[in-house]
Amino acid sequence: MTDTIHITVENQLGEIRQLEIPEGINLSLMEVLKASDYDILATCGGMALCATCHIEVLEGMEALEARSDAELDMLDTLPRAGDQSRLACQIRLNAALDGLKIRIFANN
Amino acid sequence: MITTDICIIGAGPVGLFAVFEAGLLKMRCHLIDALPQIGGQLSEIYPHKPIYDIPGFPAINAQELVDNLMTQISPFNPSFTLGERVESLERQPDGSYRIISNEGTVIHAPVVVIAGGLGSFEPRKPEIPGLADFEGRGVSYMVKNPETYRNKRVIIAGGGDSALDWTVFLSDVASAVTLVHRSDSFRGAPDSAEKVFSLAERGKINLLLQSNLSGVRGNGTLSHVGILGKDKTETLLEADALIPLFGLSPKLGPIADWGLTIDKSAIAVDTTDYSTGVERIYAIGDINTYPGKLKLILCGFHEAALMAQSAFRYVYPAEKLSFKYTTVNGVNAF
Repeated sequence: MTDTIHITVENQLGEIRQLEIPEGINLSLMEVLKASDYDILATCGGMALCATCHIEVLEGMEALEARSDAELDMLDTLPRAGDQSRLACQIRLNAALDGLKIRIFANN
Repeated sequence: MITTDICIIGAGPVGLFAVFEAGLLKMRCHLIDALPQIGGQLSEIYPHKPIYDIPGFPAINAQELVDNLMTQISPFNPSFTLGERVESLERQPDGSYRIISNEGTVIHAPVVVIAGGLGSFEPRKPEIPGLADFEGRGVSYMVKNPETYRNKRVIIAGGGDSALDWTVFLSDVASAVTLVHRSDSFRGAPDSAEKVFSLAERGKINLLLQSNLSGVRGNGTLSHVGILGKDKTETLLEADALIPLFGLSPKLGPIADWGLTIDKSAIAVDTTDYSTGVERIYAIGDINTYPGKLKLILCGFHEAALMAQSAFRYVYPAEKLSFKYTTVNGVNAF
């Protein structure tokens, strides 16, 4: 285990950057992306309602906790969702996520 | 026409509490909300969820908070227009506003307070090149009158309840119905999904699973819809109507067109009184933004209090405002 969580993020323009997040931060991935100045609206504030934090997991899907019904219901309504789709607001950061690679979808 | 002192757009917790803060200063309020009931997100989305950060309440259910707010503001006798969305604001020569809803309701008030929360929920549109060109010319995002699809070739896209329900319903009305869904199963109501599979087996509808919309074609009006199948090849289907049903997404809606400063889908405000850059228009609660903004109900309550102190000058221009505590003055009902 590590005391820093490394997450590789590809933004809407295809630019790739690695975030270093202290373990124990107890935030969702959406909150960290917003705080890192990524262009996501996160209109609903983390309630799996707006899907503006829709991301694609490129590597590390197996480390994430399973999707809740609320997240699955929302993903199911999205035109562009795929097998690797997640809502960043529903992902709590923890040490197991070290090495995660994601891509941010264009805002819906 | 409805006449009031403050027209509050949005009847969620912050809009409701604004009635109290305005009422203490003898200002009457009328609230208008696109939802058919008061309470905003609290009543619509999570009525039974406990909220833990309302001062003085270790835990309170969302709907209970709404009910309590209604009791708290009842001395000030607010009036409501529900189930209508504000479409436009018209500034009058004296600086006051006429607020006009999509149903034609007109409210006249010297002050407008936008407490619109997430905005209004609008249909989510798939990203398909040229789709907007066919809106109202074959493409629509909801079914208003099913009869318009009689004997038409209809393509529905989506996998939720409304996509399933309209597929079943229109299979009896339209000459042909195709349902396009990106996965091979449905999360909508199981009996609706079963009906759809059964209609497909009997050849009553065309069910395209693991497929996505890829394009729209037509000369002025829709004639063909491109579908990307699971083999990744595109097929062009003849169609008179395309109905993408991908749920609802919160949007600012008409608020974005009122000349306010918008930052990331929120209204920029001055934190001294939560005024927007436009005189007599305030924005409070989740719909506003400023450095350090937190989307919390308790922050919205604070914003409502400061807004009311500032708005007083427009409602009672000849009077001097003196700040009074409720513990000293009580609550003087209208």
